[in-house]
Parts: sequence; C-alpha cells; structure tokens
Amino acid sequence: MTGKNRSVILGLGNVLNRDEGLGIFCLDLLRPRLAARDAVECLDGGVLGMALLPIVESCGHLLLLDAVDAGKPPGTMVELSREEIPRFARLKLSWHQLGFQEVLEFAAARGNLPEHLHLVGAQPFDIMSGYGLSSMIESALPNIVDRAVEILREWSLA
Amino acid sequence: MSQRIVIDPITRIEGHLRIEAALDANSTITDAYSSGTMVRGLETILKGRDPRDAWAFAQRACGVCTTVHAFTSIRAVEDALGIKIPKAANLIRNMMIAQQYVHDHVMHFYVLHALDFVDVVSALKADPAKTSDIQQSISAWPNSSPGYFADVRKKVQAIVDSGQLSLFSHGYWGHPAYKLPPEINLLAVAHYLECIDWQSQVTKIHTIFGGKNPHPNFLVGGVPLPIAMDNDQALNAEKLSVIADSIKKITDFVDMVYIPDLLAVAPFYLEYAGLGEGIGNFLTWGEFPGDDIADPSKFVVPRAVILNRDLKNFIIPDPRDFEKMKEYIAHSWYAYKQGDDAGLYPGKGETIFNYTGPQPPYEHLNVEGKYTWLKAPRWNDRPMEVGPLARVLVMYASGQAATVGLVNAVLEKLGAPASALFSTLGRTAARGIETKVIGDLLPKWFDELVAEIKAGNTATFEGSKWEPHTWPNRAEGFGFAEAPRGALGHWVVIKGGKIENYQLVVPTTWNASPRDHNNQPGPYEASLVGTKLAVPDQPLEILRTIHSFDPCMACAIHMVDADGRSVARVGSGFNVVVEP
Repeated sequence: MTGKNRSVILGLGNVLNRDEGLGIFCLDLLRPRLAARDAVECLDGGVLGMALLPIVESCGHLLLLDAVDAGKPPGTMVELSREEIPRFARLKLSWHQLGFQEVLEFAAARGNLPEHLHLVGAQPFDIMSGYGLSSMIESALPNIVDRAVEILREWSLA
Repeated sequence: MSQRIVIDPITRIEGHLRIEAALDANSTITDAYSSGTMVRGLETILKGRDPRDAWAFAQRACGVCTTVHAFTSIRAVEDALGIKIPKAANLIRNMMIAQQYVHDHVMHFYVLHALDFVDVVSALKADPAKTSDIQQSISAWPNSSPGYFADVRKKVQAIVDSGQLSLFSHGYWGHPAYKLPPEINLLAVAHYLECIDWQSQVTKIHTIFGGKNPHPNFLVGGVPLPIAMDNDQALNAEKLSVIADSIKKITDFVDMVYIPDLLAVAPFYLEYAGLGEGIGNFLTWGEFPGDDIADPSKFVVPRAVILNRDLKNFIIPDPRDFEKMKEYIAHSWYAYKQGDDAGLYPGKGETIFNYTGPQPPYEHLNVEGKYTWLKAPRWNDRPMEVGPLARVLVMYASGQAATVGLVNAVLEKLGAPASALFSTLGRTAARGIETKVIGDLLPKWFDELVAEIKAGNTATFEGSKWEPHTWPNRAEGFGFAEAPRGALGHWVVIKGGKIENYQLVVPTTWNASPRDHNNQPGPYEASLVGTKLAVPDQPLEILRTIHSFDPCMACAIHMVDADGRSVARVGSGFNVVVEP
C-alpha cells in the first residue's frame, strides 16, 4: 500500500442504472483473464467518491472502466488517456456530488495522479433505473475487455 | 420589484437538487422551493429478490451512504424475520456506524460546508506566525508552527497561480459575506488539506470489520467477520490493535482540529444563530441499540418526535403506525389511485409517475402545481427535520449527559441563548457536537468488545433463521438507521421467501421535501425565508443554510430526467439565473 506501486483496474458506475454500471460488469469478464496475475487488482469502485482517493493515490498504474457520455452512438467504445479524462471541482449543493472526476482532481492537485492512467468504456444506451445491461452494451462488453487487456499488455501487466 | 433566483447544479450520475427562491426589493428571500429533478427506482429493482441480498443493492443507491443503506436493509429483514443478533455483532455494527458518522461529518465540514464561511483566497494574505499563535491557543494539534502554515500558504498560492483554482474553483471568493480574518481562513484551509490524508487512515474499521475495501460485506443475522484469536482470516489480536490505533486517530482529529475550528469560526457568524431555522419539528428513528433493538428508548440516540421546539414533551413515534407516517404528492410528480391529496403509508406506497412540469431546458418550475420528484413525507401530517440537529435535541431532551454538557458549553462559549440551536449555526454546531459524543463512544464499545471476547462470547452470527424454510410465509419489517444526514427507514414485505414490497424514506426526502396537500413547506423551503442576500447572483447565504442540512440527493432521487430520457451530462457545473 505504501508508495505508488499498486496496479489497479477500477470498475466505476452505478449498477442500479443499467448501462451506467458497465464498468462493474466488465470486471467479471476481465478477472478470469488475469487469473495468474496477482500483480493486478480488480476493484469495484461503484459510485464511491472521495473514498476512492486513497486507492487512486496508491497506484502507479490505474485502468478505469466506466460508462462515458461522449455524445457518440450507444455502444461506441470510448477511450480517454491520462490527460483527456475530465476533472472537475465545482460548486456543489451536496458533498455527495463529489464524483470520481473530482477524486482525480484532488489526486492531481496533491501531485498524486497515477503516472499510468487510462480509461476504457462505452457510450451507454440505457441508464434508466434497473439492474442489468442493455443487450446493445452486453454485446459491446467483450470489445471493451479486449481493449483493456491490450492496455495491460502495453503496461507489461498482462 | 421581485425577482427569482435558481440554483441548479448538474453533476454526472447522482441526483440533483434545485432551489428556486423569490426575493423582495431588498434581496430578502420571501419564498423558497426545493426540487429534486430525478426519480428513484430501487424499490422496483428489489421486488422478487432474496431479502438476504437486498443490502447489496440498497448500498449502491449512493456513493457516500453505502454503509447506512446496507445496515438499514439488513435490520429491516432481521425485524421481519425476528432475528436477534449476538452482542459482539451489535458492538461491531455500532462501531462501524459511529466511524461513518465521524468520517462523514468531518469530510462534509471541511470539503464542503466550511468553504461557505472560509475564504480560501483571503488565506493568502494571512501572517503564518499569527495563524500559528491562534492554532497553539486553541488546541494541542502538533501541526502548528509558523513554518507549517507558511508551507500551506505556499501550496494554496501555487494552486491559485496555476490559473485554475482546481480544488478551490467552487467558491465565491471575495464575497462580502465572508467575515473571517485571513489568519483563521489559513487555519481552516490547512485543516481542509489535512483531512484528506486523515480520511484514508480512519477507514480501517470498515476494511477490517467488513472484510474488504471498497464495499465492505454485510450479513443478515450479524457481521461477516468471525472472531478467532489464532486465525489470520478472522478478527484477531493484530486486527484489534489496528482498530484501536484507528480509533485514536479519529478522536484526536475531532478533539484537536474539528471542534476547535468550529469554535474559532462560529463567533464571526453569530447572525446565523438567528437564521435558517426551518420548521421546529424534528424526527429521529434512533441509533446505536444496546442489547435490545426492540427498545428504542434505550438507544444512545432515542427514537423521538419533537414538535414546535418543545423539548419537554417529546413523543415516541411508531414507524408501523399507518395513520401517522404518510407520504403526500400534491406537489410531486406522481399520481395516487385515491387522488393526489391522499397520503400513503410507505409500506403501502405507490410509485406512479406523473410528470406535469415544463419541458427542459426551462427557466422556472410551476411551483403552484407539481414541482419535484421528491414526495413529501409527513409525521402526523407535519413536516419534520431530520439529521444532527434533530439528534442532538433528542439526546439533550432525554438528558444524555455528554450531549447536555457539550451543548451548554458551546452556547456559553458563544454567548448564545438556547434558542440559537434552532438555526443554521445551531445545525452546524450540532453536527460537531454529535461527532464528539459519538466518536467518544468508539473506545468504550471497543473495550466492551474486547471484554466480550475475553469472556468467550465470540459469536458474530445468528444463523437459526438463515434458511428460507424457517421463515413465515409472509412477514413485514422496519429497518432504521440514523444516517449522518438524518433518519433513514426501509420498510420490507417478504412473501414466499422473496421481497414482495420494499419502500425507503431517506433523510433528504424529509429535509428537501416540497409543500404538501396543506401547502406546508418542507424544512429547506422554510429555512431560507427571511435570509437576505448580499449579492443575489452569488447566493452564498443560501448555500450556507442548505449545506448545513448536508443534503444527499443521490438516494432521494435517481437518474431519470424530466422528459424520461437519460441525463448523463458531464459536469455542466453551476448555473445561477437572476431575472427581474
């Protein structure tokens, strides 16, 4: 835990809002492909906010899996590099509105943004209340997971 | 001339709260309307599922309240099935809930609410030596040298110089309603930065008792962690010592940083001891059961209702009383089969959407009609405030010694009368007071747990009613928690081994409640009336009062936009509209 040497795949999103939780569902497909690699941790970050900051700040390599609104057709795979991931810290009515983007802002301001940071995800189709992915996103999942494995290979972690 | 201002922050995935306030010619609020602009669907998701799994779904309703939703859910199921958990399990649960209080309140204060009173940019003008003098005069916290505060000032200067205020981009810096001298601003900003490091050290109680982090495990019938001194996988001596160390870090920060800071800042804002009261009615479901969860009068925070500020005659509410506990929708975007003026008991609740509001984007809601996705919960037809102020008043009224002592000491220090409690400042002070009262129980419960273990009472799970064949065909249960932001209730109906009905009434639904069928405003709405804004398009004064309630919109509301489409807009930020 000390130093910034953890390698983490962090699924994000709310599984109670269908495709919003696609990052979490990706973890189930990804885990078996990392079976022999104890060096990489698969964590379910859910919709936790600031509670994830210590995890983010302990990482040398951090791969995020998440639903992303990029204004693309639903199911389109979306990738953002370290510098492209938006970070925000704006006026809030609730501190619960501190989402993951704010966590990245905190980590960056504290000089603790992971050196290797990348996001893979997809444009969601259905983020209404409900449990389980839409069939469109279900069928996009293997591509996201393939791409995640490629990135881990580039990082010599898979 | 009258004008109306709108505060409507839009963030990514969580629900959002919108406040519309009408101002008179002196920029004083004459009327306010609180609206949650999304709806919730957890009840629907839970229908037909195994009640023993409900907590795992309920905890996903919110990224901050995972623990309280999980506990409330397992308590509802235990209540329905008549399960009594072992003593060690109850102590462990109490410690997890207490840790959550301290953590949540400290973070809410420094990361959000303090910045309503602390001007970060002004801190750059502070003399670090004077800040050091102040720090050393108010507590024994070791980070107190002039050099330490000079370093903090340098860090903040670097953030400001970068052109992007980054962490601090969300304030109305320089606003005339900021009153603190630069030195106290610097003190508070230093502790803002410190609390971010502190939080990672104090989550160990959850990681250990819950078996993993993030998202600890929960268990109907007890806690998932067995106790066995010779087992690496169980709660053992080594883990107990980590917990003892974590408890010390928790109580030290409260005693030496949070409480002294509150007392250093409050004297500059005593006007807020006369503003922001709300409605004067308070409700607690109660928290921290002793040996008998069925006797809420023995809880640390007893179950109680206070009406019209009357602390002498509090009432013990029955959450199963169909006649007293009702939700109204006259001003909410729902329909009831019996008509929109009816009130329904949450256990028999209906969720039929009836959106009658304007098509977005819109400027104003039709506040004469329906204007929110939040229902209006009422106890005996009255709106209720829930949260730290409600709990501190109930503990005070019931003679809880630590609370009585702290409340009296704080009032004396500020030279304020007891009526000052019913205010924005009273609410913010109450949050600090209960943080200390509850934080101080952590070492006590820890010692009791150790004593239980030494006596051989190591059971943490009651499994005799785990299997569905042991359950009655139909059972109803009420689960409760005093979440950091207020009374949380889950009502479950189990039939044939599955969840037949599940309803939640969450704290922010009480506090952010709209008007009801009798046009009685909710607490936020009432609390803003009479507040004067120095700069109407920078409504800092509104934020002070709304933040004092610690809103959590994530579970109050959920994820469907007004037009029924998705709203995953990425951080559109904060819009303030002022119009003549």
